[in-house]
Amino acid sequence: MARVTVQAADFDLSAEVAALREGDGGVGAVVGFIGTVRDRNGGQAGDVRAMELEHYPGMTERAIEAMIDQAFARFDIRGARVIHRVGQLQPRDQIVLVAVSSAHRGQAFMACEFLMDYLKTQAPFWKKETTPDGARWVDARVADDTAAARWGIPAGNA
Amino acid sequence: MKVQVRYFASLREALGPQETVDLPAGSTLGQLRDALLARGGRHAQALARGRAVRCALNQAMGDETLAIPEGAEVAFFPPVTGG
Repeated sequence: MARVTVQAADFDLSAEVAALREGDGGVGAVVGFIGTVRDRNGGQAGDVRAMELEHYPGMTERAIEAMIDQAFARFDIRGARVIHRVGQLQPRDQIVLVAVSSAHRGQAFMACEFLMDYLKTQAPFWKKETTPDGARWVDARVADDTAAARWGIPAGNA
Repeated sequence: MKVQVRYFASLREALGPQETVDLPAGSTLGQLRDALLARGGRHAQALARGRAVRCALNQAMGDETLAIPEGAEVAFFPPVTGG
């Protein structure tokens, strides 16, 4: 099974977790994270009408593969799966899935958070929101750099 | 040497998806950015030193001290905002 997929289509958490566990009786824990599109970004509920996600084909997949390699090196995990959507999305749509399997929960929790922190600051994706005032590119958040720095990831992204 | 330069997100909107730039052999990413800035106009604005611009060399994040090998693919883009 592919570890990384960048796609326009939606994804199904249950199907992905089932695939991650399939044939591995050593799995005792699966941690899954799903990021979704909010209908606001600092402003009023409903301000964000739509979101467009752009990526760098090729580099994006390579960057995420490299971060999964890092997760395997740092944590005692058995499997990892990342799906990130691109193209036109609507509020409440799913954007990203990170799922990690391990023997016990601790390592899967940590690896899942590590992968998300890494992805936020190192994977080439860009969000553009449509609001009542027009479309605008989303600014990078310093908080995401701070989260990545916990893992020793050099993150001067924002 | 010829270098393929790609732009993404707000930089793509300002400068187009890609262009080929002729540079002295051994130039760094920073020197490439300087050469583009020297063109003035949209390039000077989009790639201005005061703006947050990130770069990649052959599809890996890089800093401006990196030397560009012959036939390389370089990309400039704003800070990433995925996830």
